[in-house]
Amino acid sequence: MSVQTKTSSALEPVIRCESVYKIFGDNAEKMMKESGGVVDAEKFKEAGCIVGVNNASFEVYPGELLIIMGLSGSGKSTLLRCISKLTTASAGEIFVEGDDILKMSNKQLIELRRSKMGMVFQSFALLPHKTVLENIAFPLQVKGISTSESIKRAQEMIDLVSLTGRENYFPRDLSGGQQQRVGIARSLAIEPDIWFLDEPFSALDPLIRREMQDEFLRLQESLNKTILFVTHDFDEALRLADRIAIMKDGVIEQLDTPANIVLHPATEYVRKFTEQVPREKVLKIKAIMEPFVPGETLSELEVSGEDIIATVAEEVLNDDRPVAVVDENDKVIGILHRANVVSTLFGDNASVQP
Amino acid sequence: MLVVLKQRKSLQCLLLLVIFMLLYRFVPQSETNWLWRLPSLLKELPIIINDAVNYLMFEWLPIDVYDPDIEEYEQKPLFGQITRGFSGAILFMIELIREILLGGVKTIVAFTSWDWVSENEWARWPALPWTVITGGMVILGYVLGRAKLALFILCAFTYIAVFGQWEPSMKTLSFVLIAAPIAILLGLWLGVWAYKSKTVETIMNPLLNVAQIMPHFAYLIPVMVFFGIGDHAGAIATVIFATPPMVRLTVLGLKKVPPEVAEAGLMTGCTDRQLLYRVLIPSARRDILIGVNQVIMQCLAMVVIASLIGAKGLGNDLLIALNQLRIGKALEIGVCIVLIALVLDRLSLAWANKQTDYFADLSFKQKHKYSLMFLVVFVVGIILAVLGSFIFKEGFNYLYLIPQNKGITTEAFWQWGVDWIWETFFYSFKAFNVWFIVDVLVPIKTAFLGMPVIATFTLMMGIGFIVGGIRSALIVGGFLLFIALTEWWDRALITSYLIVIAVLISGTIGITVGTLAAQHPVSSRFMLTMCDTFQTFPSFIYLIPVMMLFGVTDTSVLIAIVVYATIPAARYTIEGLRSVPQELHDAAAMSGTNRFQKWLSVELPLSFPHMALGINQTVVFALSMVIIGALIGTDDLGQLILKSLSDKAGVGNGLVLGLCVAFIGLAFDQILRTWADQRKHALGLS
Repeated sequence: MSVQTKTSSALEPVIRCESVYKIFGDNAEKMMKESGGVVDAEKFKEAGCIVGVNNASFEVYPGELLIIMGLSGSGKSTLLRCISKLTTASAGEIFVEGDDILKMSNKQLIELRRSKMGMVFQSFALLPHKTVLENIAFPLQVKGISTSESIKRAQEMIDLVSLTGRENYFPRDLSGGQQQRVGIARSLAIEPDIWFLDEPFSALDPLIRREMQDEFLRLQESLNKTILFVTHDFDEALRLADRIAIMKDGVIEQLDTPANIVLHPATEYVRKFTEQVPREKVLKIKAIMEPFVPGETLSELEVSGEDIIATVAEEVLNDDRPVAVVDENDKVIGILHRANVVSTLFGDNASVQP
Repeated sequence: MLVVLKQRKSLQCLLLLVIFMLLYRFVPQSETNWLWRLPSLLKELPIIINDAVNYLMFEWLPIDVYDPDIEEYEQKPLFGQITRGFSGAILFMIELIREILLGGVKTIVAFTSWDWVSENEWARWPALPWTVITGGMVILGYVLGRAKLALFILCAFTYIAVFGQWEPSMKTLSFVLIAAPIAILLGLWLGVWAYKSKTVETIMNPLLNVAQIMPHFAYLIPVMVFFGIGDHAGAIATVIFATPPMVRLTVLGLKKVPPEVAEAGLMTGCTDRQLLYRVLIPSARRDILIGVNQVIMQCLAMVVIASLIGAKGLGNDLLIALNQLRIGKALEIGVCIVLIALVLDRLSLAWANKQTDYFADLSFKQKHKYSLMFLVVFVVGIILAVLGSFIFKEGFNYLYLIPQNKGITTEAFWQWGVDWIWETFFYSFKAFNVWFIVDVLVPIKTAFLGMPVIATFTLMMGIGFIVGGIRSALIVGGFLLFIALTEWWDRALITSYLIVIAVLISGTIGITVGTLAAQHPVSSRFMLTMCDTFQTFPSFIYLIPVMMLFGVTDTSVLIAIVVYATIPAARYTIEGLRSVPQELHDAAAMSGTNRFQKWLSVELPLSFPHMALGINQTVVFALSMVIIGALIGTDDLGQLILKSLSDKAGVGNGLVLGLCVAFIGLAFDQILRTWADQRKHALGLS
């Protein structure tokens, strides 16, 4: 909630989708016209069409990390490709920084991609004939930047993703994690404002994936891009997202903060997804704190309201006195009893408010 | 259900065989009987083609052309003018390269006139000394492929010079250096076009099929009519022949580029052009390079054939040597052709894999190291040549140009070897040859010729039906009908008889050898390398040793075909067997199969689609070889094509004959490919 309330008043959205549809198939256009705005996936299927994205409307704000999450075939990658215009949406409007990309000429689109967009792919999609250095310099050279200048910039990117020393390796000589580092460096070379990541870590094994997620968070902290991130891994989504959009059969079932999705699943489908998720790994302290009553004896321990419960649970439980909860200005905004934590860990969470 | 279906298939085969035998036995042999031979309704087709070509060349759309000799405008047909201009341009390029290598006056003449050149004695372009060219090529090899390639080039060029083949080799080289790039660029362009447009691809596919399977000779005749005789005509014929595989492989390669790579290109903001040249084509590099390799091989395979319409160089000499039965000479020339093929192939490969070092901060000297080295080689070469002119006072300056056939030669040795073989084994060879011809080939040939046309149709269409249903049967029938309606059905039967025997033998050998080699990674790698090497040799090279042993007979041709056509059978067998996944090997082993059971019930069925494609290639290889066999005397379609080369109205004949050969191949292709596709589909491999 916080992101939305904070941003919607103050900032223009970077990306805004209005009723975006993507229908595949030979007579998609005809079916779309006849449907009059209500797309029934079953009916379309009978006519030989596949509904990729069905009436998607949402906004992404500057510096926000929105994760589009769903199982394979749910249309999450299609939605991402509609926004990057790798596929053209069948209907709807997609605004990037106020301009409708569906109305853009090819030239404008190329200009937009050269200056504002970067994308990372699941299979890395490195150019097999270019070295690490050349791959990273590629977007710069395409733009027409001189060789020496783009090589210099590429070298900085290599240092940023810790691949120093491997400049002249070919993609085939690198491990999956290293290849994706190159992919990330390449997508960041032109310093884009908007960063698309299409299942960037799905092809990696779990340990490397974890490491790359940490790396990604570190990068995001320093770069603060607006990010659209597609994944099928719910844990990954919870770990990284500001907000999550859960998709099924082309429809966005729910779009909300991780905590809200876990606590208040909008549909049965989302509930099934979130059932197994440990609450303490999603909820923040401020979701379970109680109002501060002056005069109560508090522990010397203080926790931040923004902390995830699991990260501070042990310390709180080890203290028999209630713990003060503070905001970023060290002002006490509530207190936490051991009982609060225990009930989150082991109890029924229906009553918890984020 | 499956068992019944299987039984039904074998039942169908049996039934087909019985009908075939009955037809064979009871259809009376009479020229008026349509069941025996169809009337040649297409007899007029060659004449119509001739007339059409003549009209196009000499009458259609006359335009005014200024003739400087008589200083007047003249009416000349447009098409002839276009082809003339085209020929002129290509000839100019070939001559230009040729004169850089060997010296001459034609390029100067092209800018001035013969009169001017004969008045000015000094206006001659001097040849580069062979040492300079060799040195230059070695440096190029070093730049692109380091010491290994440089050493190989040094050996190859020294061989060419020392064995007195410098001049013809440079002529051939100049011809290939024009034909190959044109074929590569044309193929790339057509391939990209076909990749971008589905319609173009659908139209181009059958054309490519026919073009690839048409015998080399068949191209020569129309080229000769449109473009005349000479190096340019040879180059054009070569380009036509060498382009199809390039197109094929370009399309294949582009289709294999993962969609995400193309998307990555788009997301970096590539324009269409940048996407094509900087992302798609380089990513498809592997297949495109195979295409380049194929083009180079085809160019050198055409060297001999192109010499039939006036291309100068090694091909011409080889043809003469073959005709004079000078085996040793032919062998030396053949080695030169193979060496040039290998050098060009390795160079193109190395060039495509070249890497740039961006960080090296180079001084002027380092940056231009290789140019400076070439300059040194150039100067030293010239000095040596000048010195040479003092040393070799009489006759030839070996340090400048080694004249043709004045180098070392091992011909005497080979001749002695041939003589020795003949003297020692004459009777055994002869006995084998006579036995083979009299007791094997002639009876089979007679049997083929005694086949009523209805029986042939029944058999081929029946197989087509069993394999691919009514569609395949009709396609096969269509191809056969065309041949049956020409005058050359009997000749086609002779071609088929050679093909069938050759494919049976090659297939058996190829699959056996392939299976044995595939048992171990080392042996299969060795065998694949062997296949690569043998495939590098232009097809007619195989005629040399067999002629040495068996003289000019069907046996020679057959053996040459078998040797040549075994390559794809073996290669595809190995590749098929090696592609069986390790898990299945393990599963079979854990089910307790022995070696043979595993081969029979796991490896063979899984690699069958691959093998069927291998046999398909074997048919194509055999067809191309059987037609080239005409050079040493056969009496099939190939011989007729060769004859129509020297016929004034040969275009029609040549083209129709070429189509007959192509259709034989395509009929086999249809059956084998459908079969392979079905098996693939059944195995879930497609």
